[in-house]
Amino acid sequence: MTRSRMSSRWLLALAALVLAVLAFPPAAEAKKLNVVTSTTDMAALAQEVGGDKITVEAIAKGYQDPHFVEAKPSFLLKLRNADLLILVGLQLEIGWLPPLITQCGNGRIQVGAPGYLDASQFAQILDVPTGQITRAMGDVHPLGNPHYWLDPNNGRRIARGIAQKLGEMDSADSQYFQQRFQDFDRRLTAAEKTWDAQMAPYHGRKLVAYHTSWSNFARYFGLQIVGYIEPRPGIPPTPGHTLEIIQLMKRDNIKVVVVEPYFDLKTPNSIGSATGAKVLVLLPSVGGEKQVTDYFKLFDYDINLLIQAFKATQ
Amino acid sequence: MKKLSVLICVLLGSALPGWTQQPGNASPPAPCCDAIEQQLKAMEDRIILLEGQVRLLKEQLTQSSQPAPATGAETAAAGTSASPATVTGPGGTQLPVYGGAGAAAKALNPDISVIGDFIGAAGHYPTPPGSVIRQAGFQSLTMHESEVGFQAIIDPYARGDFFLSFGESGVDLEEGYITFTALPAGFVARAGKMRAAFGKVNSLHNHVLPWVDRPLVTENLVGGEDGIDDAGFSIQRILPAPKGIFLEATGQVFRGDTGAQTFFLPNGGTVEQTLFTASNKRDVSTVAHLRGYKDITESTNLDLGLSYGRGHNELGSDFLTQLYGVDATVRWKPLRRSIYHSFVGRTELIWSQRQQPINLAGEQRSFGMYASGDYQLGRRWFVGGRYDYAQRARDANQLDRGASAVLTYWPSEFSQIRGQYRFTRYAEGINANELLLQVQFSLGAHGAHPF
Repeated sequence: MTRSRMSSRWLLALAALVLAVLAFPPAAEAKKLNVVTSTTDMAALAQEVGGDKITVEAIAKGYQDPHFVEAKPSFLLKLRNADLLILVGLQLEIGWLPPLITQCGNGRIQVGAPGYLDASQFAQILDVPTGQITRAMGDVHPLGNPHYWLDPNNGRRIARGIAQKLGEMDSADSQYFQQRFQDFDRRLTAAEKTWDAQMAPYHGRKLVAYHTSWSNFARYFGLQIVGYIEPRPGIPPTPGHTLEIIQLMKRDNIKVVVVEPYFDLKTPNSIGSATGAKVLVLLPSVGGEKQVTDYFKLFDYDINLLIQAFKATQ
Repeated sequence: MKKLSVLICVLLGSALPGWTQQPGNASPPAPCCDAIEQQLKAMEDRIILLEGQVRLLKEQLTQSSQPAPATGAETAAAGTSASPATVTGPGGTQLPVYGGAGAAAKALNPDISVIGDFIGAAGHYPTPPGSVIRQAGFQSLTMHESEVGFQAIIDPYARGDFFLSFGESGVDLEEGYITFTALPAGFVARAGKMRAAFGKVNSLHNHVLPWVDRPLVTENLVGGEDGIDDAGFSIQRILPAPKGIFLEATGQVFRGDTGAQTFFLPNGGTVEQTLFTASNKRDVSTVAHLRGYKDITESTNLDLGLSYGRGHNELGSDFLTQLYGVDATVRWKPLRRSIYHSFVGRTELIWSQRQQPINLAGEQRSFGMYASGDYQLGRRWFVGGRYDYAQRARDANQLDRGASAVLTYWPSEFSQIRGQYRFTRYAEGINANELLLQVQFSLGAHGAHPF
């Protein structure tokens, strides 16, 4: 009987806890739009057009493989107060973002809600597979290559789309967001002229890459990616395929290998040793290195590395 | 007319020998060409935007390429049509079909997945003498489970998840629930059948366990493989907490029938025992869970939990079984090499308080725990170990202990091969040495599970 009373008291205490939880008022509305993005690139573009009228936080780090992010509860703390969630889409975040969205308890950013923005709708998408798709093709993205932000034209389009969305969510500052976009557009156009001029001498140069992150980048700058260290997207290198890549590089005199910062360098370095090629750790995302703090510096960094490698291997 | 003039300008522009986009070209482009270039760019952007919108619409259509049941599913696919069409059912009755049975209806089919779990077992697994003994071990070769998942967003306010567990014979609804994702004040609610939020292992599906089996404490105190898995509803909310601490409270109420395990008798017969049994409608069971999480560094985090479970046992409405649990998990994963190396250390301590009449030795207070560590050696290789200690719920004097070593290989994200050596010293004084082999493989789009 005593134990039963103890249990009842325990349950009453639990009920009181639940009531206390219920009594918590919703989080206070922030004056600035609270934007959360899946990657640092989307955060950089949102910051460009949002200026000081928004706060932006990215979930994945710039040096982290965006395919394999752990859905940590600490990310729920970011998402629960978000007014707008911007994601890359094309199933890049399929392994970790959906459970975070479901669990965060924030109706504003659920799929289809006004605060859910899939940025891929604004961009030109490459490598859209045709015909039947199977897992035998590796970790293929059925809707196309999700690394589309590595084309400045897509960066501009995404920024325009974000500015439009921010204007819809905060109509009082709509003009501000449009002005910020116009300013970004001007600066990006100027930067493109510089980048184009820097890369023009190397138009048509062939590269080998680790993963299919660089399709948009290569297309924009006129580079040719002729082979991948991964035998198929997401499948680790195999000895047989590595030998094929070495033979290909020797045959076509390919002297540059590009690798994302989250891949192991053992195989790329062995390929580099066998072929005399330079192995570059190019950054696919803002924040991949400490000094790469915005969208412009991302291209500055990568272009600088490529030019040095091209000059050294001419 | 405007388009025609643009076209003429384009043709004229392209005919001009000096007009190219090549950097380094000294001659400045004519103002007309600048305007044309801008217009072309605007048109290109417009086309890309429209393509993007078409792609978003197609994204759902892509789901229809997932494997689907051969019959029934297509005609039952949900759609946007407000009024249902009808088709003739097997018995000649009229069944409502919302959205029509056309190809467009497939766009709203759920994500469908199948995860196969094949297990082979070898070694010495003796039958202890005495009365009711432990749950039967794995058979020599068995298709242990085929988990079929159906997952979709139901409407702007909720999503639905179904997981059907097929054995070699028979099928069980492992989970099937609706999650209300857009409730006010940050609440997330579920209704349906679900694994309870008691500790860590209880809420995990077989295919996300780091071992072939489940710990002894689960077998002895928390209802075995099925665990606390019952029909009911659940509500959870993130609680305010200082210094970036994630604090989440979950409260769940279930029917009170769960944790059924089949045990073999020495005479070759079997007997079924349960964790909770509802003798009447008032005998609901409850589970409460408080979770605290903190990122120690960007690579390391600590996850702590307190759990409580309460239900009536098979002896009747007057007899309660209460469970108390503490769990702790430390994870390490260096972000720059997150696909190559990681470590998860975990322990769960569980206390069971089971009321029984005096002639059945009276109330039993039992304790059990496990501690495990799993390290990722490389992109495809994992190694781990687990220590088990568990008294039995019905007789706390009976103590089982065990230890396991596990090696896992991932050919890809969608398949894994695992070997586990398991040693168990049962209370009856019998030692079991077993080697378990598991092959798991995944088909289709299986949604990610919570962290």
